[in-house]
Amino acid sequence: MTKLETAVLDLLKEDCRLPLEKIAVMTGAPLEEVASTIEDLEKRRIILRYAPMINWDLTDRERVEAMIEVRVTPQRDMGFDAIARRIYCFDEVKSVFLMSGSYDLLVLVEARTLKELAAFVSGKLSPLETVTGTATSFVLKRYKEEGVIFDNGETDRRLVISP
Amino acid sequence: MNYERFLNSRITAVPPSGIRRFFDIAAGMKDTISLGVGEPDFKTPYSIRNAAIDSLVDGETQYTGNRGLIGLRNEIALYMQGRYGLSYDPETDILVTIGASEAIDAALRVLTEPGDEVLVPEPSYVSYSPGVIFAGGNPVGVITKEEDEFRLKTEYLEKAVTPRTKVLILPYPNNPTGGIMEREDLAAVAEFVRKHDLMVISDEIYSELVYDGKKHVSFATMDGMAERTLTINGFSKSFAMTGWRVGYACGPAEIISVMNKVHQYSIMCAPRQGQVAAEAALRSGRENGYEEIIRMRDSYDRRRRYMVNAFREMGLECFEPYGAFYVFPSIRTTGMTSEEFCSRLLREKNVAAVPGTAFGPSGEGNIRCCYATSIDKITVAMERISEFIHSN
Repeated sequence: MTKLETAVLDLLKEDCRLPLEKIAVMTGAPLEEVASTIEDLEKRRIILRYAPMINWDLTDRERVEAMIEVRVTPQRDMGFDAIARRIYCFDEVKSVFLMSGSYDLLVLVEARTLKELAAFVSGKLSPLETVTGTATSFVLKRYKEEGVIFDNGETDRRLVISP
Repeated sequence: MNYERFLNSRITAVPPSGIRRFFDIAAGMKDTISLGVGEPDFKTPYSIRNAAIDSLVDGETQYTGNRGLIGLRNEIALYMQGRYGLSYDPETDILVTIGASEAIDAALRVLTEPGDEVLVPEPSYVSYSPGVIFAGGNPVGVITKEEDEFRLKTEYLEKAVTPRTKVLILPYPNNPTGGIMEREDLAAVAEFVRKHDLMVISDEIYSELVYDGKKHVSFATMDGMAERTLTINGFSKSFAMTGWRVGYACGPAEIISVMNKVHQYSIMCAPRQGQVAAEAALRSGRENGYEEIIRMRDSYDRRRRYMVNAFREMGLECFEPYGAFYVFPSIRTTGMTSEEFCSRLLREKNVAAVPGTAFGPSGEGNIRCCYATSIDKITVAMERISEFIHSN
């Protein structure tokens, strides 16, 4: 990674709506170079998308989330990738991670209701032939995600003017 | 009752800080965007905070030795050697103080006698001149100019020096201008110091906040200057530890020992948890290549570039500040004084900046804007300042 690439990623990670002109000024790089750097980062799939972080708890959307620990039998020549693909293709699945430790895959699932989520686990996930066991934990409250604290936000405790 | 007879007239004669008045106005307003702060917008890194928490849990609630915890002084010695190439003996050459402020005060008290003159470059941090007066000396301002990027020039030092001059304060990287002194600038000052047989109080509290590939040069590394320099530094700016109040002075053992006398009778010791946290800050910095400092500095640098560019786009002269976290644009073209500009900006646009004159008369025509605040707030503040300028 070049210094500019790192700087661009640092800035976009905080605010993906930051205009190119501003990024150019802040990094001291020419506008065209910033634009081509971002384009390149997109092409290399380092930047995958530009999405806001939403606190759904403050909306009226009905929503249940769960983290499911999944134990699987890895397949010959494919390892865990094939089974991971079978799992991540479900619309309910938001994230899938291959983990070290006592289980293999951590699956983050979102559904509208508890019933829907239960139906997903019992009807779609568990029946997959390589899945040998699941343990489902429901998310009760989000405190912090991707470095962002979900509570009332940070207050600036500094003096308004100081020497 | 009239207390005049009881009060020390030398102290009552010192005018209150020019910042105070603005503070009072700004504190009473709502939703002000403040570019008037003088401290980082980062919190102290959590690992450093945790060191202090552990210390409290362990019941470390006693005084420390006057000079500070030896573990901390060892770390300071390693830091000064590793970062700036300065050699100090932790046993004799280092005094841990309540912020760099106490170190400056103690240094002035031990180096100044009634009638002595102390050279204070302007514009600079508000405490130096009052400190000189409190110590019984007379501060003598030395102008620095925007065309010199507010670097200290011997031409103006020579104009200010007299046979009574004993001390030079060297405040770089500079608050409020953001100016720095590079090696060749310091060489000229060292020559001047040698010629006039002076001591130097080098306030290097912003030493870690130097940008654009520039490197901070510590004055004591100049030829023959170690024996003439008290290097003052601390944790407030580099590690975002303002509220902890921990700083230090390093210098010749003979002077540090006299400063310790003032310190032991007036202060006793810097707060223990602050010292523990400071030690953790330096140790982890040494071990991880000062990654926290680099992270914060990179972030300041981006905002610095943005703010300088925004002022220039408004049509204001704004020299490139390579240090600290302040931009010091000139507002002369508006025809307003610094004071008038800042008062009206605060009242009409709800943006707080500090008039350059709060830092000495040669700050007239400039305002200090701190970029240690979120880019969103800086963006709105710049829009408002631009509107303000163009409607006048």
